Amino acid sequence: MMPAKPSRAHLWLFVPFVLMLGAFCLAPTYWVLVNSFMADDGGFTLGNYKKILSSKFYLIAIENSFWLSLYSSFLGLLIGLLATSSLRFVQGKVRQWVIAFVNMSNNFAGVPLAFAFIIILGTNGAITLLLNKMGFLNGFDLYTRAGLTVVYTYFQIPLAILLLYPAFDALKDDWEEASRLLGASTFDYWRKVVLPILFPSLLGTFVLLLANALGAYATAFALTASNVNLIPIRIGALVAGDISLNPNLAAALSIVLVVQLVMVTIINQWLMRRRRYA
Amino acid sequence: MHKQDPRQGLHLLVIGVVMLILLVPLLATFLYSISTSWGATILPDALSLKWYVQLWSDPRFLMAFGRSVFLCMVSIIVSLLVIVPLAFMMEYRYRQWQKIMDLVILLPFAMPPIVATAGLLQIYAGSPVMGTPWILVGCYFTIVLPFMYRSLVNNLRALNLHDLMDASSLLGASSFQGFMQVVLPNIRKGIASAWFIAFSLLFGEFVFANMLVGTRFETLQIYLFNMRQTSGHFTSAIVISYFVFILLFTMLANRFNKT
Repeated sequence: MMPAKPSRAHLWLFVPFVLMLGAFCLAPTYWVLVNSFMADDGGFTLGNYKKILSSKFYLIAIENSFWLSLYSSFLGLLIGLLATSSLRFVQGKVRQWVIAFVNMSNNFAGVPLAFAFIIILGTNGAITLLLNKMGFLNGFDLYTRAGLTVVYTYFQIPLAILLLYPAFDALKDDWEEASRLLGASTFDYWRKVVLPILFPSLLGTFVLLLANALGAYATAFALTASNVNLIPIRIGALVAGDISLNPNLAAALSIVLVVQLVMVTIINQWLMRRRRYA
Repeated sequence: MHKQDPRQGLHLLVIGVVMLILLVPLLATFLYSISTSWGATILPDALSLKWYVQLWSDPRFLMAFGRSVFLCMVSIIVSLLVIVPLAFMMEYRYRQWQKIMDLVILLPFAMPPIVATAGLLQIYAGSPVMGTPWILVGCYFTIVLPFMYRSLVNNLRALNLHDLMDASSLLGASSFQGFMQVVLPNIRKGIASAWFIAFSLLFGEFVFANMLVGTRFETLQIYLFNMRQTSGHFTSAIVISYFVFILLFTMLANRFNKT
């Protein structure tokens, strides 16, 4: 039997995919982009962006989102790196168990996570009381940026571990012995061997963590209603709030958020390329 | 692997501390859910299961639970119907385009759900799907797309797709029959794994559900959020029940992923 002539009939298989992606991803993106430049009367304007950049309120939201994402990603990466580097040295059984647990806690985010933190670190939380009794925690408040940094760091740790774990496979065990033989200390080995090799993975993980924190909405919303000033919270209030509906301003704010995500990715790419030819 | 590392104890300690940090909120929530009351003290007053009894006999909770399961199932089935043939065609005929496809499926990643809802709320404002679970099926498709697609492509790549299709065609099967009766049974593990990953992702989805539908179709997450003013013990029982369910699904996903 002759193999069937390549026909184009199977192309209809792509139609549902294109329709779904178009309707629920591309169309909203397009709408947000176009409407961010649209005045209330439908004409073209830069007014939405001007409004954001000249409003102290929105500038603080941008600033809060930036620092919250930066701190929580850095802390999450650091703690994740610590755990992952130790993970390679323990028995396979322990390792499997730990990865399974991390996988599970990676799903612990959003509303349930916010509620759990209210219980332990809220005003009457068990840990708040414990630490207050011990004299720590001077005026720590879960419902502020500092409080949110703790919660965000918590949900960044499992993601950091899951992303970094495979990267450590790039390290060969005998490299440590080799560098030892050449007289390197543990510190030298980390600085001159481990970190340069892991650098791309660390950077890539950091970028994903940043994106994860920048776009996060549910945790902050469940924790503080709309009281904390972050970009996603402001977008939510502008498209579904009770008082201040302004979809076009929300669109411009969305673009500000997406531009940050794109910028982070570009800087990541640029750093990687620069390193390669260094 | 290191067999005799002198710092074994130190490594175990580091892992232990990090795991403890991850465990504390869960443990506290669990303790809270099984204590009768827990006022301004470090430990609860007395233990009981009354919050679980109250929760699991609340028709509103059971309805919300059922809605969440239903919504996840429908979304996963629709996503599989779209993505399985797509992954197959890409591996079988258009492998040279796979690199581009890898980028395309990541598009939803660049759009945080809160940004997507800003657009969706306006675009579908007047349409009949707005405010119904059906719009969520489309949104959930974009959430599971990258995970499902990669999982299926990895599975398809492990098969010898062209040999399988050629053999079935030599035996007189059409391409469609070959796909249905030879390829599909061979990727059932990939499909199962994609199914469980998707379930654990979607079961906890809050942003789309809250912004686009809200109380008109109260899913488990919406129910949990709406219960925030009630007893913290009660909401803890919801969180733990939800988590046990998620745990079950991640365990099943891991089992199917291993082989």
